[in-house]
Amino acid sequence: MALPTYASPLEKVWHYAYLALCAAIFFFLIAPIVVVIPLSFNAEPYFTFTDKMLSFDPEGYSLRWYRSLLTFGMANPDAPGGLSWWADAWQNAKWVKAAKSSIIIGFFSTILATVLGTLAALGLSRPEMPFRRIIMAVLISPMIVPIIITATGMFFFYSNPCEPLTWIGLNPECGRLAGTYLGVILAHATLGIPFVIITVTATLIGFDQSLNRAAASLGANPRTTFFRITMPLILPGVISGALFAFVTSFDEVVAVLFIAGPDQQTIPRQMWNGIREQISPAILAVATLLVIFSIALLTTVELLRRRSERLRGLTPS
Amino acid sequence: MPNAIDPHAAIVTEAGGLDQGGTLRTADGQPLKAALARSSRRARRRAFLLVLPLLLFVLLTFVLPIGQMLQRSVKNDGFSANMPQISAWFAANPRGTPPDEAAWAALAGDLQAAAEARTIGVVGTRVNYDMPGTRSLFTSAGRQIRRGIEPPYREALLAMDEDWADPKLWSVMREASSAYTANFYLAALDRTRDDAGNIVQAPEQQRIYVTLFQRTFWLSLVITATTFLLGFPIAHLLATLPMRKSNLLMILVLLPFWTSLLVRTTAWMVLLQQQGVVNDILVWLGVIGNNQRLQMIFNQTGTIIAMTHILLPFMILPLYSVMRTINPSYVRAARSLGATSWTAFRRIYFPQTLPGLGAGALLVFILAVGYYITPALVGGSSGQLISNLIAMHMTQTLNWSMAAALATLLLVGVLILYWVYDRLVGIDNLKLG
Amino acid sequence: MKRLLILTTALCGLGFAAQAQNKEVNVVSWGGAYERSQVEAYNIPFAKQTGIKVNMIAADNPATPLKAQVEAGNITGDVFDIEVSDAIRLCDEGALVEIDPATLPPAPDGTPAAEDFIPGALQDCAVANIFWGTVIAYDKTKFPDNPPTTAADFFDLEKFPGKRGLPKNPKRTLYLALIADGVAPDQIYETLDTPEGVDRAFAKLDSIKDSVVWWEAGAQPVQLLADGEVTMATGYNGRFFDAMVGEGKPFEIIWDGQYMDMDMFAIPKGSPNPEAALEYLKFATDTQRLADQAKYIAYGPARKSSAALVGLYQDGKTQMAPHMPTSEEHMKTAVMDDPEFWADHSAELAERFNAWLAAN
Repeated sequence: MALPTYASPLEKVWHYAYLALCAAIFFFLIAPIVVVIPLSFNAEPYFTFTDKMLSFDPEGYSLRWYRSLLTFGMANPDAPGGLSWWADAWQNAKWVKAAKSSIIIGFFSTILATVLGTLAALGLSRPEMPFRRIIMAVLISPMIVPIIITATGMFFFYSNPCEPLTWIGLNPECGRLAGTYLGVILAHATLGIPFVIITVTATLIGFDQSLNRAAASLGANPRTTFFRITMPLILPGVISGALFAFVTSFDEVVAVLFIAGPDQQTIPRQMWNGIREQISPAILAVATLLVIFSIALLTTVELLRRRSERLRGLTPS
Repeated sequence: MPNAIDPHAAIVTEAGGLDQGGTLRTADGQPLKAALARSSRRARRRAFLLVLPLLLFVLLTFVLPIGQMLQRSVKNDGFSANMPQISAWFAANPRGTPPDEAAWAALAGDLQAAAEARTIGVVGTRVNYDMPGTRSLFTSAGRQIRRGIEPPYREALLAMDEDWADPKLWSVMREASSAYTANFYLAALDRTRDDAGNIVQAPEQQRIYVTLFQRTFWLSLVITATTFLLGFPIAHLLATLPMRKSNLLMILVLLPFWTSLLVRTTAWMVLLQQQGVVNDILVWLGVIGNNQRLQMIFNQTGTIIAMTHILLPFMILPLYSVMRTINPSYVRAARSLGATSWTAFRRIYFPQTLPGLGAGALLVFILAVGYYITPALVGGSSGQLISNLIAMHMTQTLNWSMAAALATLLLVGVLILYWVYDRLVGIDNLKLG
Repeated sequence: MKRLLILTTALCGLGFAAQAQNKEVNVVSWGGAYERSQVEAYNIPFAKQTGIKVNMIAADNPATPLKAQVEAGNITGDVFDIEVSDAIRLCDEGALVEIDPATLPPAPDGTPAAEDFIPGALQDCAVANIFWGTVIAYDKTKFPDNPPTTAADFFDLEKFPGKRGLPKNPKRTLYLALIADGVAPDQIYETLDTPEGVDRAFAKLDSIKDSVVWWEAGAQPVQLLADGEVTMATGYNGRFFDAMVGEGKPFEIIWDGQYMDMDMFAIPKGSPNPEAALEYLKFATDTQRLADQAKYIAYGPARKSSAALVGLYQDGKTQMAPHMPTSEEHMKTAVMDDPEFWADHSAELAERFNAWLAAN
């Protein structure tokens, strides 16, 4: 944004001050994320820059925290390297186990949220959808309702899913969902759904319904129309919705704290423990890996958004 | 009717035509109105069927659990289920009846049964909620009664502890003898019942919840204001820069948005602690002495800084999308008519950003009011919000009815704001990135 | 629709798979250096000997998740490492499996377990593994000339400036306030049993309230001291030992007014792996294991027969005995835990404490 030529000197000063202010705010946004990266190579087990680090002494830096991500929890971390060492890490290392849980839970909850969410978004964006406003409000609410309230409700319900049946006089036994993968997956799917709905409906706003009618008039049945016409056009929106749902699950800790069992200790759960308990820069090593992961995701979503806008004939913005 | 030259009539005739009574009909001879109604019904049904699986899913995994929680906020049968005899006595005798020997016998019998069944702790806990300091009265009585108790029961119980005659205790037991109670809501508003059952303010050392609701509201306002102050210039810059540059800078806004919440909170802990990066730099610059390091974390300041950072993108994105649509020629017109740049901004530009500002501010406020993780990690004791108190009752004191009552009050507040948001902004206009 | 069906089947399968796993035991403990010592001394040899996998789960205080799991009927842990007062209270409420001392392994010389354990270390439903102390530690570099020596110094902000780290619970703060206010260690519970005594403790805490950084997990006070966030903190003596000897941090412990407690292993009724849990409990509390643990952290073993086997720290040069909370020197001014008092009063004092904390 260039200054107009008629700008007075005062306005020029103000203009540069404004740019400096913006730079400072951008710094505020990014600096915290950048600062964890060098600290994750700290040779000391604490969270601050050491003198050696500041003087760029190689001794002040180390990969020990990245190694500890693998060795923490291993049955025999000091054994000589080799296949059995890696097998041990794969089976027992806490962070590796956490990564596995996170991926399993993230994968299934994303699929569930994406399939149900996309179907619903298709319905919601039809002009003839009844009670559209209220239903939309209900489906988006998991994003708005404070997570502590959601987790509290889920804790009671998932500990005894049959309890509501006692209100109508039944008294069946049906196990529990808390402490199982299924429970956490259902919970995370619920939390991811609003994101899928928002992104997919946003894609459908620019969607030309006459394309569907054209396909139908050319003899395609609804199924073919969906998979050959609608799906390719909304796919970018679906994928970014799915990525949002995945990130939601991948970053979620409160529901996990309340309803997961010892088998479902995810990465954020492990970080939560780490920040409060076994405090070490290993947390920062994980954080660094997660930052790289988010950069990759962000890039994907940006590319998808531009592709979607091109497909729908909008100028990319 | 000689209207064959009317082209519309021709189409109608071919398709089915008008019948004697002048009703339009389709090719298979049905009234057009009914056919249209049917087809629109079918379309409505089809649209609804697409949404139905998800709606059922959300109702089952989200709405029902929250409903169950609401029920828990008014229901607690810890006393009534384990003390049946004295509960029956309370039901049979109106408030104000002094406890007779039958009541004392019922109480002793219940205490004995509860002690045998090892449920006396549950009973004591329930009474303790309404009258702090009474749990031990029940547990120690239970321990003694297990060895046996003889009539007269009044004297026997008073010999164990004179507090058994306290009229306040009897009033509280009467309250607890019904499984359903509004007392947890009273407690959540720092109210309690006196001996006669009237609602009064709780003793000063027990009043915490109203303060915390106020603090949550106030801190959320402050955070909304700071996100506005920081978000407005950024959104304006992004909206006025050429597309290529603004897309690049937008990544700096979106990266924090996509980065794990725990990562960002950890980062602030690293930055703000006394020996942290910010203090180190300030000391190095000579702004503060080494022994005057600032306390910026484990208090309200920590909560405000970290939450401002985390919620800032939710302010920038709606502001940006509104500012993008503002036509710069209005401001130019104002300038050319002699307005100073400040007047042009204040009178022309700023009013046009209000829809984005409203959307962003409401969203940030709604999210801030219910925040849990960040205050829990960086808030110390003065930066805790109402969510943290709910979590404390859920996981530490295990007063689940209290947690549910507090959660319900918070939920009502959030739902009102959500409703306002939907009215003013529309949920459809929520955008992510 | 078919895909959805396959998906739901797969999801259900996952749910059940988690419950069908066998040969493992979930142990909920206190995290940090203490957890590491248990992994080294108990879990690794246990897995080698029995083939049962041990999952360690960290909690600020394992009794809290235990109570929540019992209340919700949703028990996921098998063995919980809890304090005596909680063991008694939960046993009273019928939540724990009773443990017959005769089934515990005897000492190497054949002394039955019932006589080998220090009095109080065997409860109806729980078996102690260690004695530990809550102590004050300070940063030596902050007070080079005139170091603090007593609990009263902890409350003296004029002479010893700086923030204080205190645990966010009444049990480990009220006693300290009373000791600092001049109450004798053996008078603590009599005093706390009266409303005036409780007021007195809170009044003393009020005098430093603005300078306190509250902690919840055992590793936090160590971190707070190391980061210079506080100049003095109370915490678990083994954690400070770990930082001082293991990491070479410039801390010093004040043993005056240490609060002595036991940690016990207990098994909740309805745990997912009851047999493996019992096996683990017996294994982890035998003479050798308890002595081994002292190699990794400065906590006193609960068996008399283990004491003789306690030797050097894992660095191979530090004698453990002088660092133990149970050493004669350190016991002189110790406040012993009164489990009955806390079983009865913890709920109401916690309530008062939380209200006090929130009001500022």
